[in-house]
Amino acid sequence: MDSFAWDSINDIAAAVRNRSTSATKLVELSLNLIKDAQPKYNAIILVLDEAARARAKQIDELVESNQDPGPLAGVPFIAKDNFLVLGGETKAASKILEGFMPPYQASAVNALEAAGAICVAKANMDAFAHGASTENSDYGVTKNPYDTSRVPGGSSGGSAAAVALGLAPFAIGTDTGGSIRQPASFCGVVGLKPTYGLVSRSGVIAMGSSLDCIGPLASSVSDAALVLDVMAGKDKLDATTIDKDELGYKDISAKPLKGVKIGVIDEYLSEHVDSDVTRAINQTIDKLTQSGAEVKRISLPSTKLALACYYIICPAEVSSNLGRYDGQRYGFHEPDAKDLDESYLNARGKGFGKEAKRRIMIGTFVLSSGYYDAYYKKAMTVRTKLINEFESAYKEVDFLIGPVAPTTAFKIGEKSSDPLQMYLADVMTVAANLAGVPSISVPVGADSNNLPIGLQIMAGQRKDRDLLSLAMAIEELGK
Amino acid sequence: MSSSDYTATIGIECHVQLKTNTKLFSGAGNDAREAEPNTLVNHIDFGLPGALPVLNKEAIALASKAAIALNSRPELFSTFDRKHYFYPDLPMGYQITQFDQPIISKGSVSFNLDGKTFKVGITRAHLESDAGKSTHPANKDYSLVDLNRAGTPLLEIVSEPDMHTPAEARAYAHELYLLMRYAGVTDGDLYHGNMRFDVNVSLSKTDKLGVRSETKNLNSFRSVEKAVAYEIKRQSELLDQGRPIVQETRGWNDAKQKTLSQRSKENADDYRYMPDPDLPPVIIDESFIDSIVQSMPNSPDYLRGELAKLGLTLTQSEVLIEANLDFEFAKYISLILEFAKNGQDVKSLANWLVNIDIPLMREHESKASNIDRNKLYVDVLNLVKANQLSSTNAKEIINRCLKMSELPLDIAEYAKAENLLQQSDIVALTDIVKDVISSNPEAVKDIQAGEAKAIGFLIGQVMSKSKGQANPGLARQLIDEQLK
Repeated sequence: MDSFAWDSINDIAAAVRNRSTSATKLVELSLNLIKDAQPKYNAIILVLDEAARARAKQIDELVESNQDPGPLAGVPFIAKDNFLVLGGETKAASKILEGFMPPYQASAVNALEAAGAICVAKANMDAFAHGASTENSDYGVTKNPYDTSRVPGGSSGGSAAAVALGLAPFAIGTDTGGSIRQPASFCGVVGLKPTYGLVSRSGVIAMGSSLDCIGPLASSVSDAALVLDVMAGKDKLDATTIDKDELGYKDISAKPLKGVKIGVIDEYLSEHVDSDVTRAINQTIDKLTQSGAEVKRISLPSTKLALACYYIICPAEVSSNLGRYDGQRYGFHEPDAKDLDESYLNARGKGFGKEAKRRIMIGTFVLSSGYYDAYYKKAMTVRTKLINEFESAYKEVDFLIGPVAPTTAFKIGEKSSDPLQMYLADVMTVAANLAGVPSISVPVGADSNNLPIGLQIMAGQRKDRDLLSLAMAIEELGK
Repeated sequence: MSSSDYTATIGIECHVQLKTNTKLFSGAGNDAREAEPNTLVNHIDFGLPGALPVLNKEAIALASKAAIALNSRPELFSTFDRKHYFYPDLPMGYQITQFDQPIISKGSVSFNLDGKTFKVGITRAHLESDAGKSTHPANKDYSLVDLNRAGTPLLEIVSEPDMHTPAEARAYAHELYLLMRYAGVTDGDLYHGNMRFDVNVSLSKTDKLGVRSETKNLNSFRSVEKAVAYEIKRQSELLDQGRPIVQETRGWNDAKQKTLSQRSKENADDYRYMPDPDLPPVIIDESFIDSIVQSMPNSPDYLRGELAKLGLTLTQSEVLIEANLDFEFAKYISLILEFAKNGQDVKSLANWLVNIDIPLMREHESKASNIDRNKLYVDVLNLVKANQLSSTNAKEIINRCLKMSELPLDIAEYAKAENLLQQSDIVALTDIVKDVISSNPEAVKDIQAGEAKAIGFLIGQVMSKSKGQANPGLARQLIDEQLK
């Protein structure tokens, strides 16, 4: 893998602030790396070179005039294509939004820019974030940096591959059922899904609104923590946001492992998990135990229902959220329709890909009168049960751990013809979204093909600080 | 069989547009009445990707006031749901409404009808966002969409089917209008559709309700009454002919004075309601409700009672209560209550307001938006009490003053300058009386012959010679004295 190794975000920003480098140099470096990597990996869907150069110039001028551009001064980053970013089209990798120039910007991007970071490019993804492989992009699959015949995971596959390749020091993604953690695991980077509501969803193209979380992908836990610290907190544009921890998320140090109570989720270490993945997880458990952590197996029976529950609630919300893409005001539109119905059918029929249509149909079905109680309502009941199980588990242990996914990166095309196989890639990640708890993927090893394996750690709601602190400790165990 | 054999059952749904500054879920302006199309629209109303609704707290306060006005209290916990359908004036592909847990869950409206109290139950009332407005120009191959109204907060008030006649339906609609305006919930501009009524009518001869029609979007009390009357007639004729009533949506055609079928409801739309994940539940507490109760003005029904105690007729009260809303600055009701408190002649004031002041306002002939009405009426009343002003000239002064943008500094001075004061100067009046007696010997003879009516003629002559300024009582007294 030809990857570029950036310094830590703190060091990069410090170098910009003390003028040993400049934002312009960093942006040019990032743009060049993207240009070189693009033909082979297709991690990027759009380069925002003009806007990035203009912003870099502003940052450099601030530094010149002895003003502080902020904790992320001059740090280039890449945003998944479902973030509305000014300066170029935003299309969530879907043809139906081709040509859509956003007139406003995602709150998370605003926060990063206000801290001095510069968005250099939009990352490839499964269209509308529907998928676990980036194969559902209308703009071509992204290749796994460790093996270009394999997928990078998804839906934030472009973001994870970009960080693994070092195209920028960090990327941001969205995680509705594992879309940050699973590609992070497949690409060997850190991927954080914070507590639901900790980062504003305003200006991010909605998938499943009660599940969608925004988070960073980075090469270290401390980098991810710093990015979260900038993005986190209440936003008046998103009524579901919560206050950030009063201590913030930067300056977190590795948790002393002695006496830390960790539960290994029984259901996540079944025979369906690759032996290499199981081995890597068990090795980590051994190291944790040796370091004085109290590790025990814990059963969360409802996690077995989590995937089924997720694939009812999520498509229901998808079918609702995608209603606005009707070709009448923006996006893909064929002008020759003979009436309104035909205009709708053309726009949605030709604009949406297969997976979006599949989820719209499932979602429409489960919300239909006569089926609502049997599917949607029942799924919501299971969701409540799952939340209760998590809460009682956190009375026994401080953290829950397990694999991120049952396998390492699979081959391109291996699962794309079988949606059910693809959905199973989410089996271990959806529970955290249903319960709204924070969860992180940390690299803990590699399989026999040298493909990365991630460990998933979950903590209780709003325990993001604790989660990052343990993740740091586990990261250090691997060093 | 005739229509009189059927019992009509009527329920009314009313959409009340709340007078918030901004929309229900966005910061765009809410008063679209005079705005150019698509100028009161932001990324939320336009349904842009990534746009999230954020609840306007002002709408919760207004809905809570409506709850109190509907003889209820707002629910401590209510939620928002999405109602899905495709139409170009619905940018998100769903309407945000309260399906499961509305902010008002029951209530009632009481009013006076033909001297009796009539009560209509309220089933529920919920908040929802309005859609935009579509227009379909004739002979064009396009339609136009204006999203100014998209996202405007509506309170949909659903009544129990407690009404049975067109008059009851009209009276309910009117009372609801008064209640919502008194509570300060809506501007109540009916012409601009601030309140729209959907009437459900069914007929039956038994306890089992018949098939109903729903006539939508009525925007006047008269059209509510007429649409109900028309539906009762139409349905009873169909039933008499043994034909079925179709459950359907109808519209009122004002030119043809009839309801017309719009669409059949046989294949009911499936709106796929679901809880809106973007909006946390609305949670309010008792202290918030108490503060709302404290801020509520007196209800129309309370005012009716107060005015009745002061001896006003029901008709007078109705005119005053409505005018008090339409011409807020005139503060008619406070004026009356202030008069009563000070022990002044409320009945005269009420007569002047109802017969002179309010009609002038309604006919746009009054310029009196800024005048001190209390001073005007107190001064005029004092002149009348002092016998300085006849009741005719009192009306004349009030009429003239209300057409001024500023009151004369001193009403008495003004009346004097305008020769409107009564002449009570005995010497001057005695001269006129003497003159009238000497020039009307026939009438004098009649009086002396015992024909009392003739004295009226002489008084009239005195009034005429004094150009209306003579005090008629004094004139009579002087005539009597002269003829003794």
